[in-house]
Amino acid sequence: MTTAPDGERGTTAAAPMSQPGPAMAVPPPRQRRSRRLLKRFFRRRLSVFGLVVLLLILSLAVFAPLFGSPSRNDFGAVLLGPSAAHPLGTDDLGRDTLARIAYGARVSMQAGVMATLLAMAVGVPLGLIAGYYRGWADLVISRFTDLLLAFPFLILAVGLAAILGPSLRNVVIALGISALPSFIRVTRGEVLGLREQDYVAGAVADGAGDGRILSRYVLPNAISPLLVQATVTVPEAIIGESVLSFLGLGVQPPTPSWGTMLSAAQTFLTQAPLLAVWPGVAIALAALSFNLVGDGLRDTLDPKATS
Amino acid sequence: MASYLLRRVGTSALVLLLASIVVFVGVRALPGDAAVALAGEESDPVAIEQIREKYGLNDPVPVQYFRYLGNSLQGDLGFSTRTGLDVSEIILDRLPVTLELALLSLLVGLLIGIPAGILAALRRGTWIDNTSNAFGLLGLSIPNFWLGLVLILVVSVQAGLLPASGYVPFFESPVANLERMLLPAIVLGTGLSAVLMRQMRSAMLETMSADYVRTARSKGLSERQVVLVHALRNSLVTVVTVLGLQLGALISGAVITEQIFVIPGFGKLIVDGVFTRDYPVIQGVALVTVCGYVLVNLLVDLTYSFLNPRIRVSGGAS
Repeated sequence: MTTAPDGERGTTAAAPMSQPGPAMAVPPPRQRRSRRLLKRFFRRRLSVFGLVVLLLILSLAVFAPLFGSPSRNDFGAVLLGPSAAHPLGTDDLGRDTLARIAYGARVSMQAGVMATLLAMAVGVPLGLIAGYYRGWADLVISRFTDLLLAFPFLILAVGLAAILGPSLRNVVIALGISALPSFIRVTRGEVLGLREQDYVAGAVADGAGDGRILSRYVLPNAISPLLVQATVTVPEAIIGESVLSFLGLGVQPPTPSWGTMLSAAQTFLTQAPLLAVWPGVAIALAALSFNLVGDGLRDTLDPKATS
Repeated sequence: MASYLLRRVGTSALVLLLASIVVFVGVRALPGDAAVALAGEESDPVAIEQIREKYGLNDPVPVQYFRYLGNSLQGDLGFSTRTGLDVSEIILDRLPVTLELALLSLLVGLLIGIPAGILAALRRGTWIDNTSNAFGLLGLSIPNFWLGLVLILVVSVQAGLLPASGYVPFFESPVANLERMLLPAIVLGTGLSAVLMRQMRSAMLETMSADYVRTARSKGLSERQVVLVHALRNSLVTVVTVLGLQLGALISGAVITEQIFVIPGFGKLIVDGVFTRDYPVIQGVALVTVCGYVLVNLLVDLTYSFLNPRIRVSGGAS
C-alpha cells in the first residue's frame, strides 16, 4: 500500500513527457482525477473480475434472443442433462435452460437497476431536503425513514407485492420503496457534513440560491457514497426479485425469471438436480459481481475506508 | 441519560403508532372486499350487509382504526377469515417456532462470524484473511433460499443424512426437532455470519491500531491479553449494533427459509395469509413483527449507549 501514492505521482508526472503536443501536456483536473481513480480501481484484481462477470451477465441479457426461445416446448426432451443442443439441459416442459437463464438475466438486471434508480430518485431529494433545511422538514423525513425501517425488508416487500399484485413493475416498486431508507440516510448524513463546508458558505455569501447550492456544490460531493450505496442496493434488489418471484409474488410463470425457475425446480430435485443449480449460480454470480465492483469503488473513491 | 432514554422511547412509540396506521391502511388497500371474503361464496347482499354491520365495516375509517388500535392493545387481533381461529392464539402458537429458528441461526452466525472476523484481522493479508473475505463476499451474494435448496439436495436427497423438511416440537422430541432445524439454521446463520465477520474484521482492525492497544502492548502485556481484554471488548460494541440491524434480515430470511423447509412458523404464516387473502392474519403478523422489531432495536440502542457513553453525549447534542 505504501507504494501506491508514489506510483500515482509517477504516472501523472510521466504523462506530459509521453505526449508530444503541448496542448495535451496537462489534462484538465477532472480528467486527471478520473484517470487516477480508474487506475486505482483496475489495480484490484477481484474488482476487475467482478466487472468482467458483470459485463458477461449484461451481454447475456442484451443478446438473450441469440440463445433461442425461452418458451419453446419440446416434450420429447424433458428434464435432460447438459448436451450439445441444450448446454444447460432442459426443464420439465422441455424448454432450454440456457435460453431461460439468459432471459431471466433481463428480468434480474431490470429489477435490480430499476429498483435502485427508483430508490435514488425519491430518496436522494428527500435526504437533500432533510440534511440541508433541517428543522421540521428533517423531522418529518426522518420519522418517515424510521417508519419504513420499522418493517423488515421482506415483510414490507411481501405486503406491497400483495397490495399491488404480482408483476415485474410492482416488484420494482416494492423493492424500490424497501431500499428508500438507506438512500435517505446516506444522503442526509453527507449533506449534514457538507453544508458546514467553507465553499458552501462562500456560495451563500455569493448570493447563490438553494437549488444552485444543492446541485452545484452539495450533490456532486455526495456522489461517491451514493454510488457505493447503489452498488450495495442492486445485488440486494436482484436477490429480492428472485425471492419474491420464488414465493410467487413477483414475475409470473411463463416469463422466465431466476426465482420462478428455482421455484419450479424444487419439484424435480431428485430427477433433475441441476435444474435447481443453474438459476442459483446465476443469482449468486450477479450479486457477487455487483458486490465486488462495489467493494472496488468504495476503496477507490474513499481510500480511508480501507484502513 | 434520562433525557436520551425518554427521547428514544418517545420516538419508538411514535414510530409504532405510525406503523399501526400503515398496517391498518395497507390491509384495507389489499384487493378484495373483507365482508365478501367473510360471507364466503354465497354473495347474498343481505348477508354481506349483516357482516358489515357486525364487524363495524360501515363506520367511518378513523372510528374503525381506533377500535382496531384499542383491540390490538388488549391483545385482540381478530379472527382468521379462513380458519376462524383467534389470530393472537395462532401467533402465540407459531412464534416459538420462529424464535427457535432465529436463536439457532444467531448461534451459527456468532460461532462462525466472530472467530473468523477476529482471525482475519489478526492475520491480515494471509490466507486466513483471504479465505474469510471470500467467505464473507460469497455469504453476501448467495441467496439463502438457494443455499437451502442446495443443502436439501446434497444433505437430504443425495446423502440422506437429515430430513429435508417438516417440524417436530422441541418438547416432543428434542433430537427430531434439532435434526429438522439444523439445516434451516445453517442456511439463515451463514448469511448472518458473513455480515458479522466483515464487521468484526474492520472493528478489530480499527481497535488494534488504537492508542490504548499500543499502551497495553508497551506495558508489556502478552499479545493474548491485548487482544482478548483490550481490543476484543471494544470491537464487540460494534457487533451489538450490527446484530440489531441484522434482526430485520433475520426475520426476512425466516420468511423464506420456513417456506423452503416447510416449517410452520411466523414467516410461513404471513406468506400463506397473503395467498389465502386472510387479512386479519396478515394484519396481526405484520403488527406483531413491527412491534418486536422496533422494541429490539430500542433495546439494542439503549444497550449500545450504555456500553458507549459517547453516543449519549453526541446524541443529546443533535
